[in-house]
Amino acid sequence: MNDAILTTHNLTIGYKTSRKTVRCVASDISVSLLAGELVCLLGPNGAGKSTLLRSLAGMQPPIAGEVRLLGENIYKLAPQELAKRLSLVLTEKVDVGMLSAYTLVSLGRYPYTDWWGNLTPQDEAIVNWAIKSVGAVHLAPRQVSELSDGERQKIMIARALAQSPIVMLLDEPTAFLDLPRRVEIMQLLRQLARETNQAILLSTHDLDLALRLADKVWLLATNGILHIGAPEDLVLSGAFADTFKSEGVEFDIASGEFHLHIPYKGEVNVMGESIASVWTIRALKRAGFQVYQSKNDLQTSIEVISNSKQFLWKITNNHNIYTYNSLSEIIKFLNLL
Amino acid sequence: MLSEKSKFKITLLNQKALALKIIIFSSLLIGLIFAFLLDLALGSVDIPINEVVKILLGQETEKATWANIVLKFRLPKALTATLAGAALGVSGLQMQTLFKNPLAGPFVLGISSGASLGVALVVLTASATTPTLLADLGYLGDFGLVIAASLGAASVLGIMLVVSRRVQDTMTLLILGLLFGYATSAIVSILLQFSSKERIQSYIMWTFGSFAGVTWRQLVVLTPVILLSLFLAVLQSKSLNTLLLGESYARSLGLTVQKTRFSILTSASILAGAITAFCGPIAFLGVAIPHLCRSFFNTSDHRILIPSVTIMGAILALIADLFSQLWVSQMVLPLNAVTALIGTPVVTWVILRRNSQKSFPS
Repeated sequence: MNDAILTTHNLTIGYKTSRKTVRCVASDISVSLLAGELVCLLGPNGAGKSTLLRSLAGMQPPIAGEVRLLGENIYKLAPQELAKRLSLVLTEKVDVGMLSAYTLVSLGRYPYTDWWGNLTPQDEAIVNWAIKSVGAVHLAPRQVSELSDGERQKIMIARALAQSPIVMLLDEPTAFLDLPRRVEIMQLLRQLARETNQAILLSTHDLDLALRLADKVWLLATNGILHIGAPEDLVLSGAFADTFKSEGVEFDIASGEFHLHIPYKGEVNVMGESIASVWTIRALKRAGFQVYQSKNDLQTSIEVISNSKQFLWKITNNHNIYTYNSLSEIIKFLNLL
Repeated sequence: MLSEKSKFKITLLNQKALALKIIIFSSLLIGLIFAFLLDLALGSVDIPINEVVKILLGQETEKATWANIVLKFRLPKALTATLAGAALGVSGLQMQTLFKNPLAGPFVLGISSGASLGVALVVLTASATTPTLLADLGYLGDFGLVIAASLGAASVLGIMLVVSRRVQDTMTLLILGLLFGYATSAIVSILLQFSSKERIQSYIMWTFGSFAGVTWRQLVVLTPVILLSLFLAVLQSKSLNTLLLGESYARSLGLTVQKTRFSILTSASILAGAITAFCGPIAFLGVAIPHLCRSFFNTSDHRILIPSVTIMGAILALIADLFSQLWVSQMVLPLNAVTALIGTPVVTWVILRRNSQKSFPS
């Protein structure tokens, strides 16, 4: 089942800055996208993620090398034939004026319909299926202009699905969305890849979500090198840390998160194992303190006391004991020390 | 697949919407016929509508002069108004969708400026060598003016089409069109500076706009040109719908954007250019009509908009023509003043409504 759908051979991408000079973004890329696979394209701003996506979508001719879709060079395919195999979702917010969500999705059938755009019963069935697949049946009769960003992005994905493609490319589809909506869209895409056996490639800045949900990660570094592998492999090989290395920010290999590099304001010991102590530790770290657990020789120590109704923080500093009932008061107190 | 219930709901919704659309379309058609007959009946001499119908059907009327007035003067004028309204409306719709700009009209490409330049060149300079021609040029509808305006519009159109094949970005094209307009009006004002009062007068008369100058002989040329371009616009409906998504999406759906843009620009320019050549630069109709139709039908679907804009445009142009001669007997108000008075409230309303609910591409 894992057939290569989209493959590149020694692809060099870039764009012309003027008539003669060519800015090369990345070179010698040889990768393939497999059926049923969700791949996340990651990389710092300006690394050329969009250029790579545009080149793979056949919208920007490569400088060298080729992109093949099921063995056919995509730059030699007729636009309409390409549209039947490959669909796109872009970052830009489209403002389509007065169209219902249903009509917008049905535009995805453009490469298949007659000159007037009439939908056959089969086209209608596919449009309905696409709307249902993204969980947007209740949105179908509504005007696109009334939808929220998340709802609109779902409709745009449904439109891309209605094209019945074998590859779907998405350029930062979650850029304007809040966190729950991002998780929802990412999970939806993963599920679609599984159910429809399409290859789905999306670029994103959500490292955390990509690490958790992607089958594979393409990591495009600023120097034009594309690292490919399972998310965890790329973390362990250090490719992640290298790619996103920048001043003041560090990739923590233990937690898989990025940390701001600020000198510590002091050391604090936190006692207790409850949920409240987890969040206490987070609050202290955020405020810039180095936090230890069960290290009793420190000057400052905090104990979280929770009863069924509320939390109390007992702070011991040089044998003086103070009690506070919120973390913001604790931080204020520590900052004054 | 969808549950039977929700499927039924969608079908029901579609049927209701369809019925509503048929009702609006029929009332628009009735409105068009009514406006057309009214335009034939009213004027310096009022003729009863049933007599007008008789004349149209080729029957005998009470007064022989009525038949003469209707057939020789009012019928070509009403036909011109019908064609002009439809052409300007559709051309405006095409431009608004192509440029994704709600305030774009048929003249954003500098077509009217090109036509004005052509006319200015003829009226203000060429006639200097043949002084007797000046008298003829004072009246609208002279073939010389038409040819000059057509040449002016066509040359701007030609330049814009050549540019459009090389420029990737549609916004750049819009800006170039505007700049072109400024340049031509600058040349026109220089020409005006060096012209005599009478010549300036006849140029200004042309800029007022009128449907009355078009003769039967000119209609034989104008009608097929407009109908053919309208037909081309109908063929573009599907592509125009795809362009609502923006050029990138349109391309990803298999639309060859360059080719489509060329075809849209061609038909829009011919529609606007031909009408401007024959009737003068008529403002506001092209911008206002598409907005009216969008809110009437509550859709941006061009398969509905193009036919409705055609009818609505014709109605509004006929009404504007009626208004231009109803106020003072024996005197005709400048058509452009009337269309602006009708158009400004519509455009104002569009802008205000956009602010409150954002219903059109920004």
